[in-house]
Amino acid sequence: MNTTHDLKNLVKLGIDMTNVDFIVALAGNPNTGKSTVFNSLTGLQQHTGNWPGKTVTRTEGAFSYLGHKYKIVDLPGTYSLLSTSTDEEIARDFILFGKPDVTIIVADATRLERNLNLTLQVLEITDRAILCLNLIDEARRHNITVDHVKLSEILGIPVVPTAARQKEGIPELLETIHKVVTGETKCNPYRVNTNFRDIAPAVEKLESKIKVLFPELPNTRWIALRLLEGDQKIIDAVRSGEIGKLIFEEMEG
Amino acid sequence: MKNERELIIEEAEKLRWEVGDNLHDSLLESIYKSAEEISRKVVSRNDAGKISRKNIDHLIDKIVTNKWTGLPIMFLLLAAVFWITIVGANYPSSFLAKVLVDTLHPLMKDLFVSLSSPEWLTGALIDGGYLAVAWVVSVMLPPMAIFFPLFTLLEDFGYLPRVAFNMDGIYKRVGAHGKQALTMSMGFGCNAAGVIAARIIDSPRERLVAIITNNFSLCNGRWPTQILIASIFIGNLVPPYLAGIASAGAVVSIAVLGVVFSLIVSWGLTRTVLKGEPSAFSLELPPYRPPRILQILYTSLIDRTIFVLWRAIVFAFPAGIVIWSVANINVGGISIAEHFIDWANPYAMLIGLNGVIILAYIIAIPANEIVIPTILMLTVLSLKISGIGAGAGVMFEMDNPADVAQLLKLGGWTALTGINLMLFSLLHNPCSTTIYTIYKETKSIKWTLVATLLPIVLGILVCYATTQLWYLFT
Repeated sequence: MNTTHDLKNLVKLGIDMTNVDFIVALAGNPNTGKSTVFNSLTGLQQHTGNWPGKTVTRTEGAFSYLGHKYKIVDLPGTYSLLSTSTDEEIARDFILFGKPDVTIIVADATRLERNLNLTLQVLEITDRAILCLNLIDEARRHNITVDHVKLSEILGIPVVPTAARQKEGIPELLETIHKVVTGETKCNPYRVNTNFRDIAPAVEKLESKIKVLFPELPNTRWIALRLLEGDQKIIDAVRSGEIGKLIFEEMEG
Repeated sequence: MKNERELIIEEAEKLRWEVGDNLHDSLLESIYKSAEEISRKVVSRNDAGKISRKNIDHLIDKIVTNKWTGLPIMFLLLAAVFWITIVGANYPSSFLAKVLVDTLHPLMKDLFVSLSSPEWLTGALIDGGYLAVAWVVSVMLPPMAIFFPLFTLLEDFGYLPRVAFNMDGIYKRVGAHGKQALTMSMGFGCNAAGVIAARIIDSPRERLVAIITNNFSLCNGRWPTQILIASIFIGNLVPPYLAGIASAGAVVSIAVLGVVFSLIVSWGLTRTVLKGEPSAFSLELPPYRPPRILQILYTSLIDRTIFVLWRAIVFAFPAGIVIWSVANINVGGISIAEHFIDWANPYAMLIGLNGVIILAYIIAIPANEIVIPTILMLTVLSLKISGIGAGAGVMFEMDNPADVAQLLKLGGWTALTGINLMLFSLLHNPCSTTIYTIYKETKSIKWTLVATLLPIVLGILVCYATTQLWYLFT
């Protein structure tokens, strides 16, 4: 009955990125297997290596699944999206301005807590995300169990346990991607509590103004927080209207 | 619209005063707290019973990153990789040489002659271009096909970050970035790859240091030279049963010397033209993972071996034509090559080399792999020996190192020439691909020139010093 649950529906397209229907971003901490996930979806043989920081720029590839064509972008591995190193900026800018239809966060199941730091930051920016709980085989060997059903409930996004090196969980990941981009699965991401030190009124004030100016922005609260922090890149993007423009372009296109 | 956007920014600036200035830290704290809470709810560990894999990882790390055992283990691993490469590459190399050079070369030459191709065309294309390519393939392919999978195996297993960990302190002491240890390791495979790998270093200053010094990592293309010369001149100094180990040891020493030079030059650069504090970086030691053999074979053969080989072939063909031409175009009765050799000989002798070696290095800029065949060909030419090789300007390599030794000794080579050639092979300009890659990565003619000329200057100084010391003690 469930025909989607099969790798046969996956067509690896390598670098053929013409006429794509959806854009998928691949984010995650360094050395969690992003490139391995990327390779198993695109059929590309991007060099993978067991050391952090190997993917220094973003790499793109394509695949097709159940009639839809996807472009997938492998972002540099980062621990956070809030500080200012080049790789973090590349990752953040793509999730923010590249407007991916879904962002897959690849997390190391054996180091969930640290990986959640990035996950939560990604969820601040985007509404549509999937947590790919990778290296689940390693977690098993270390006698670590992660309740992925509960995790999915808490985070408000689908969570797919995978062992990408062994191709385990890749069919499920594909099916989940399909469901999220087609709207079959709705995400309702967990948002970190920022209601401390009475900043809420200030955030709300800014947020409502941003909403008026850029009604299509999904992450007005995040923008408001960055403006409050004095994040120069975001200030510039608001000043130039770049933040709103990309959305209008997408609507016309 | 524009005004409204400015108004928002102004408003934000005003509000920023109200919320205080460490909002960023509070936000981070809030995120960390949430992450901790969530993970507490969903993660459970069962550490009871048997030794967990984590403990094994810790145990391995205790040994391979230990202050005392870390570096020796690293050198032993390196030596083992070299030794397997040297020993294993021998047979496939001579097989390929037999097919490509001994069998196919005469056949192709006969074909061209039967098509009544003019002699200069046959010479330039077959004796020049084809033979250069054939040599590069037979000399380079087997060692690469052995070295790259071994190297990738160590990488996939998770050893490379440990190398960086071991070397980090040393690199930091000379003012460079700890990650330079990683780019240096990559350079052992191919300097162009090592230069590209320097992108992992964020600070432009430290990246430049890593790029400029990467050439001191003895690359693949230079081992055949090292190995052959070591087995002729170093292997001969010891009893035959020790020859293999002594030659491998000599090659490892040269490789280690390269690391030492990269440290010295990094030290010099960071104290003069590229001054600054080393930036800190966090390096996570990933868990050891069982390597995936098939994956390794595929990526190391396709991504690395074929890629590097193809590049060498592309450069070797025109270089072969140039070699044939300089050996066959005569000016005033003797060839251009001989003119140059005669002119360069006195200068070359000062640094314990000879004109042939200098000319070979100039011709072989595109690919280090063709240095040895070029040297042999030019030696025959300058000696006007008949009966060895296949005629003027025809590159050849002799299957038996003893034949090579005899020829080189006839050409006036001594153990000093051999040692200096090994040193010069370590310390000379990068190959043209690497030079081009350096330019592409730095976008600066100035730094490309520095990276190109600095090793030559060092090479000349070191060879000069070695020569003077040699004469002092012999």
